[in-house]
Amino acid sequence: MDYFLRCLKFILPAAKVTLLLTVAALALGLVLGLLLAVARIYGRPPARSFAAIYSRVVRSLPTLVVLFLVYSFVTIVFGIRGVTTAVIALTACTAAYQSEIFRGAIQSLGTGQMAAARSLGMTKSVAVRSVIIPQALRLAIPSWSNEAAIVLKDSSLASAIGTTEIFRRAQQIGAANHDYLPAFLACGLIYFCLTFLTNRVLDYVQKRYRLKL
Amino acid sequence: MAVTLAGLMAIDIVGELEFIWRILPELGKGLVTTLELTALALTAGLVLAVPTAVVRTYTRGPLNWLFTAYVEVFRGTPLLVQLFVVYYGLPEMGIVFDRFFSAWAALTLNSAAYQSEYIRGAIMSVSEGQLTAARSLGMRPLQAFRWVVLPQALRLALPAWSNEVAYMVKYVSVVYMIALPELFTRGAMIRSRTFKVWSPMISVAVIYLGVVIGITRVMDYVEKRLRIPGLESGHGGREY
Amino acid sequence: MTEPILRVENIHKAYGPTEVLRGVSVDVRPGEVVVIIGPSGTGKSTLLRCVNQLTPPDQGRVWLKDVELTDKRTDINKARERIGMVFQDFNLFTHLTALQNVMLGLTKVKRMKPTAARAKAVMELEKVGLADKADLYPAELSGGQKQRAAIARSLAMDPEVMLFDEPTSALDPELIGEVLEVMQDLAAEGMTMLVVSHEMGFAREVADRIIFLENGVIADEGPPEQFFTNPKNPRTREFLWKLTELYGNHGEKGSRRSGRRGR
Repeated sequence: MDYFLRCLKFILPAAKVTLLLTVAALALGLVLGLLLAVARIYGRPPARSFAAIYSRVVRSLPTLVVLFLVYSFVTIVFGIRGVTTAVIALTACTAAYQSEIFRGAIQSLGTGQMAAARSLGMTKSVAVRSVIIPQALRLAIPSWSNEAAIVLKDSSLASAIGTTEIFRRAQQIGAANHDYLPAFLACGLIYFCLTFLTNRVLDYVQKRYRLKL
Repeated sequence: MAVTLAGLMAIDIVGELEFIWRILPELGKGLVTTLELTALALTAGLVLAVPTAVVRTYTRGPLNWLFTAYVEVFRGTPLLVQLFVVYYGLPEMGIVFDRFFSAWAALTLNSAAYQSEYIRGAIMSVSEGQLTAARSLGMRPLQAFRWVVLPQALRLALPAWSNEVAYMVKYVSVVYMIALPELFTRGAMIRSRTFKVWSPMISVAVIYLGVVIGITRVMDYVEKRLRIPGLESGHGGREY
Repeated sequence: MTEPILRVENIHKAYGPTEVLRGVSVDVRPGEVVVIIGPSGTGKSTLLRCVNQLTPPDQGRVWLKDVELTDKRTDINKARERIGMVFQDFNLFTHLTALQNVMLGLTKVKRMKPTAARAKAVMELEKVGLADKADLYPAELSGGQKQRAAIARSLAMDPEVMLFDEPTSALDPELIGEVLEVMQDLAAEGMTMLVVSHEMGFAREVADRIIFLENGVIADEGPPEQFFTNPKNPRTREFLWKLTELYGNHGEKGSRRSGRRGR
């Protein structure tokens, strides 16, 4: 029990890193995902195909493959190191999944909203920004909550490219003491609390901003 | 940086292709392991998922709490942590599995938790009247469930289940962390053994792409073949 | 007088504080058609469900011949085999074709061989005029066809009594006739039927007895002629008058609904 608490104490500070990875990847993924979704639906043919291919390819790959490829790419080409590589890699993944979420949401809005906006004299880009996206974002909240929980859990994979987040810390203290079970249980407990909290917060957001169609 | 860029440009294409050709058999072996683990985890997961869903839907009390706790814990923590608890943690309690069995056990328990949620949702969306009608014909509760509710629930859960198949193929790769030589692990091993950063990983990526797209096609076909008018449902489950 | 085949005695049923049934007794003799009418929410459907114990009554007893259904020791599933039930919203098994719907009870409850079950199911579907729809799924059938298939599913079990719970209420007006026609044929063949319905034309032509249920008790009861022309209870007259307003002239001879299609 004492060792379990020591594990918790040792691992807990790294929760900052896990949260940073999660929040940064989700936020950047949100922007990129929206762009990809809009490109996919309203873009010109080359943008459309690019968005489609990107989403298809990334969603077909294990997160670890994307992590390794992106890690190699940004370290070799740009010389970037540290947590940033993990953020970029996780963003590359979640952007693809989020683009599908937003695409689904935009498509479920139907063409009527766009037609109505255009009939008011809005340009296509104004219509997308001020009519389509605000609605799509709200419609996407339930699926987006799911994705947030997935990114949180997948951030543990960043340990494979050397990021010291909570899972890596658990490995470290477990190896140092040759006693793994309490270390990974402590780590699991932290994840469980974090997903629980994330879900509660997003449930609240969803209730607050729900859009009924 | 200029140097590294130049290094990137000066790739010996033919040499790389030859290299990829040489590592293909090894990657092939890895793919077989990946598919084995996927199939075993999915089927065992389904076998666990049905009773889990039934207990959570139809019972109250301690048994329900137990299964609910199981599902919530396995959905609330990363697969990686589950895998490490089974592979590194349980031996400390005297429970020792080999690599493959540990991987299978962790993947199964993880997938079963998710699958049970799809099935539970599907059971709850089968209307009460179906059960009433079955009972009015003289069916016992278990018969009514077996012949009326369950077939409909499984059909309704199929789209989510299709997603789970593709999801598992990809997520089996986390067993890399316990050095089980499936597809990704083998790619990563070749990568560090040969100091070739790109070819092994890109080959692995292309294989995954083909496999996942193939699986998606097959599941679309299966869904079409098993189509029942009136039992359509949207896709769901873990997106891949 | 023959012994009743179904005896319902002093049924009470409450949902929370609301008493839906407050002591209802009905005897049904073999071959008799009893139609239950009454305002919505007076427990007509609950009464039917109390008969085959889908809703166990709080008080009172039900006998099917000499078997007491309300007795805990009775195998209720065996008893339900002998009592067919038809629902307002059909409740056909969504994942099975019309034929498979009729077969399921035969193979799983009566343990018939599939070939024999199939032959019987085909026959039952023919009887309700759906032989050509046997391989369609419920979602591919019209409301009237669904209800006829549901009737065939019940009849296949060779029930001794049939319960009908507002069998035409969920149907478009133009589909009601085909279902009533099947029920009429069934009555003519001597089936014992307990029917909850608002179809006054059907009640007038087919019923041997009409029961007016209000506020959980039987407010009036009698053969159709007496019931329609000279009701004992003034509330009955009022209710019938309201129905006329709602559904048109009740009980007119040769009205569309009870009118037989030419064969």
